[in-house]
Amino acid sequence: MDLATAIFVGTIAAATPMLLAALGELVVEKSGVLNLGLEGMMLIGAAVAFWLAISGWGLPLAFVGGALAGMLASGLFALLALVFLANQYATGLALAIFGTGLSAMIGMGFGSQPVATLKPLAIPLLGDIPLLGPLLFRFDIVVYLTLAMVPAVWWWLTRSKSGLILRTIGESPENAHAIGYPVRRIRLAAILFGGAMAGLGGAYLSVAYVGIWVENMTAGRGWIALSLVVFAAWRPWRALAGAVLFGGFTILQLHGQILGLPLPSEALSALPYLATIVALVLISQKRRRGMEVPASLARPFRPGA
Amino acid sequence: MALRIEPRREVTWAARLLAPIAAVLLTLVFGGALFWTLGFDPLATLYAFFIGPVTGLYGLTELLVKAVPLIIIAAGLSVGFRANIWNIGAEGQLTMGAIAAAGVGLFAPQGLHGLLLPLMFLAALLAGMAWAGIAAFLRARFGTNEILVTLMLTYIAGLLLSWLVRGPWRDPMGFNFPQTALMPPAGTLSPLDPRFRVTASVWFALLVLGLLWLFVSRSFAGYRLAVGGAAPRAARYVGFSEKGAIWTGLLVGGAAAGVAGFYEVAGPLGQLSAVISPGYGFTAIIVAFVGRLHPAGILLGGLFLALTYVGGEAVQVSFGIPAHITRVFQGLLLFFLLASEFFTSWRITRSGA
Repeated sequence: MDLATAIFVGTIAAATPMLLAALGELVVEKSGVLNLGLEGMMLIGAAVAFWLAISGWGLPLAFVGGALAGMLASGLFALLALVFLANQYATGLALAIFGTGLSAMIGMGFGSQPVATLKPLAIPLLGDIPLLGPLLFRFDIVVYLTLAMVPAVWWWLTRSKSGLILRTIGESPENAHAIGYPVRRIRLAAILFGGAMAGLGGAYLSVAYVGIWVENMTAGRGWIALSLVVFAAWRPWRALAGAVLFGGFTILQLHGQILGLPLPSEALSALPYLATIVALVLISQKRRRGMEVPASLARPFRPGA
Repeated sequence: MALRIEPRREVTWAARLLAPIAAVLLTLVFGGALFWTLGFDPLATLYAFFIGPVTGLYGLTELLVKAVPLIIIAAGLSVGFRANIWNIGAEGQLTMGAIAAAGVGLFAPQGLHGLLLPLMFLAALLAGMAWAGIAAFLRARFGTNEILVTLMLTYIAGLLLSWLVRGPWRDPMGFNFPQTALMPPAGTLSPLDPRFRVTASVWFALLVLGLLWLFVSRSFAGYRLAVGGAAPRAARYVGFSEKGAIWTGLLVGGAAAGVAGFYEVAGPLGQLSAVISPGYGFTAIIVAFVGRLHPAGILLGGLFLALTYVGGEAVQVSFGIPAHITRVFQGLLLFFLLASEFFTSWRITRSGA
């Protein structure tokens, strides 16, 4: 595999956990709820998946467990945000802090024991096409499933009736409630979906991308995924583009030294964070023209108010 | 019959006080359950966590060592939070403050004597302000989300610190440890009592709380800021500026966090190393909330959350429970606080038949 192919393949793999979390959060925010706790849910998902993997449950169950763990954590957020009408910023932060601590507790016994990571699919024929084969057909199954989620989420949000209801709730929960839609039940479903996706993203990170447990291994990917949603202006396809861009920065940091860039490794590590700020600035300038933010974002809804 | 909730017209002082107390009690109950599921005697571990550390004079002073940065930062952040400005990157502003203070301490010309500490203080204050100022500028100029920017800047500050202590600022006599040389004596705050680590930063924390009290209850600027953040349109109508609220909210928080960084470097740490804070900047957010953005509350909240740090260290030493339990407790506390606030702002009534 030559360097260009390695960079491309690495970029897609690095983008996958961020894309999973961002797609989930996108749906949550379209329903009018802001869950800042992505970092915590990803870490919990990563820790639980890793634990299942080293305990010999197999990788499929590790992914399922990671998704369920993220979902459970998001249920805690939902309880506070939907039932107790708590401030969503503060609740999300609490989830991020809680998840960081909990994942570190779960991961205490892991040491530096590696797990056998997810293998790339060996697609016969297609994978052997020169040039294109290694570029497009040598990823693991989760990468393909994640990529498939992009059109799926896009179609569901823009073309399906239930997606329309979700967006209506995000724009005006009062109107949706008046028409008779169960606002809080649908928001709960969206939050749980977001939690499962963040948990999956964390699981991909620990048992497919890295393969050993590192405390705080998300290293801000949850927050970058949150930025991706803003960057994408709540559109799934643009979330994909953004995730690939940020995946690219992550890989640039790995390859920077091989390429002989005369910069300290810390400067290269800072690139994804710096790029996030730049992207946020560019997008916030553009947003002046058309507002895509769901109108009720982060505003608690109380039926019968 | 259905239950419905309505806003309480008046929130009594008792209810306001009760919410944090209930949250603390619930955290204790759940914390005990957590210890129990981990296979420990819940009462013994809870005692070791919350009471043991503060039974001796040394423990009490260590509590103050941890409470001071929390209180200073939380007081600064609460100014922004009052205006709905979400600076959650105080950890990065603290880091920049510590770097600036250490830079002055290490590289300022010899012979400044009594001037060195004030210079370090000033450098830290400005560095913290500048780091938060980036987010303020971007929010005021382009409307960029300050939550995400302050957070990204925190990661960048951490990497800058890491580069400095491994690279250009590494102590040549330090056996290759990632740390700088110790601050010179003129750049070090001596403890109030040589037996303990508490420095004059305690008085500064109290001063900050006093200033916050003046600001929120006695000044027109405080009122203007709160309106500017809570109701930007109304504020604009009466001529208050939203941009003013953004700049004030972020700069005050950044300055406070920067100064907290100075007190860490000149006080208990005495040098820069790869890790200079156990997440004070993040925990201070909880302190501000637990303290309901009020000076008296921040004092109590700061002491309690400092206890989660010393308690976490204590159960690690005596029971081998990982110190990460501190973060779990802090998250739980904030969860319970947010839940209990529901009961102070709303009341549940029966409606229908």
